Amino acid sequence: MKREVVIIGGGPAGLAAAIEAESRGCDVLLVDENRRAGGQLFKQLHKFFGSKAHSAGVRGIDIGRQLLQKTEELNVEVWLNSPCIGIFSDKRAAILHNGVTEVVEAEKLLICTGGAENPLRFPGWTLPGVMGAGAAQTMVNVGRVLPGKRILMVGSGNVGVIVAYQLMQAGADVVGIVEGMPKIGAYGVHAAKIRRAGIPFYLGYTIKEAKGTDKVEKAVIAQFQGGKIVEGTELETDVDVICVAVGLRPLSELAQMAGVRHGFVPELGGFMPLHDENMESSVPGIYVAGDTAGVEEASTAMDEGRLAAAAAAQALGHFPDEEAEKRKQEIRDRLESLRQGPFGERRMAAKERIVGKGV
Amino acid sequence: MEDRRVREHPILGIQEENFVEITVDGQTLRAKEGETIAAALLANGIQIHRYTAKKHEPRGIFCGIGQCTDCVMTVDGNPNVRTCITPVRAGMTIETQQGYGKRGTGR
Repeated sequence: MKREVVIIGGGPAGLAAAIEAESRGCDVLLVDENRRAGGQLFKQLHKFFGSKAHSAGVRGIDIGRQLLQKTEELNVEVWLNSPCIGIFSDKRAAILHNGVTEVVEAEKLLICTGGAENPLRFPGWTLPGVMGAGAAQTMVNVGRVLPGKRILMVGSGNVGVIVAYQLMQAGADVVGIVEGMPKIGAYGVHAAKIRRAGIPFYLGYTIKEAKGTDKVEKAVIAQFQGGKIVEGTELETDVDVICVAVGLRPLSELAQMAGVRHGFVPELGGFMPLHDENMESSVPGIYVAGDTAGVEEASTAMDEGRLAAAAAAQALGHFPDEEAEKRKQEIRDRLESLRQGPFGERRMAAKERIVGKGV
Repeated sequence: MEDRRVREHPILGIQEENFVEITVDGQTLRAKEGETIAAALLANGIQIHRYTAKKHEPRGIFCGIGQCTDCVMTVDGNPNVRTCITPVRAGMTIETQQGYGKRGTGR
């Protein structure tokens, strides 16, 4: 079986890429291991930031619906419930589809398998009830089931603060948000909602222990200074869930398998596949986009997917050079406008370093 | 039993619910059609999905997106099924997994 463009992962990057590639006349196959495409968009109930071109003010869940609708309108071939179990060096992807392993030969392969939450190890961290903030968010916003009634959030970045708010919105008590740093990590808009709801921030604190016999019953937090817990400052509270929101990392197993050159880029989540200004990796014809290519946001993921797809369409001869260069520049400009502000600038500098120096 | 389902939501609205029956460790439970096994168990107050092979420690949902494999259980006789991304089906048999599980026999 052959396809011009095979996209692995149907999150924001993969869907946007599929739409871009299909609109340029490529023969596209999009595969996803979940029963529905959209990645994590369907748990994002909050409104997005950015410019109008980036759907600012629109909820992630609605952006997901728009992308799915467009994918259907364009008749993109989508395989759901189909995990990619391996990639061979010559861009052949092994995909488990309807119980059979299909080997698809791709002329251009785009890997956008997203990211995963970082764990945090502390006594009791394996007890049922300790989970990623994203896991809790999936349960409550997609599954419509509360993971618990009394919840402690560890980490005050955007994920921690947004998920804490959404858990509260669905009826849970959030007992507090613990943050090891002296200040809140999230954007002011999100943090203000938590403040207004009366949920306390414990700044300069960390989780010391989760207690319970076969599931979480209590959380012990304590002051955290110079990377150490300050003995004697412990606070103990009854909880049934402890959510951990301490950043994400790129999921790049498939890119590793394909022999793509990787590097360590702390600003973008750590060990990640490196890419050029077209999102193409060190293996010709293999592209990466979205959180796989460095953890950022859904808006940047969509534009990286479009950029990779435009470049692939150009390389396949479907997109005339002049038009393609113009389109790619337009997307790069949009990406630059998304990478503003104190957090965005760091990511921008990291991306420039990767593209320019390959580190 | 405590109710963990969010029937009315300020943004998502009221949800339609069609239920199917599943069997969990021999007990018949109600699950919402199309939801993941993990969500169905959580709604029924079940948090322990398996016990580890060496220390027999309980494990439950951890990543919720099919990456960590902490939530695997024995489903219709197949061990190591990722319950957070596998939808329920009417008549499905789910068992708490012991260690690495055994094919066919359940535990």
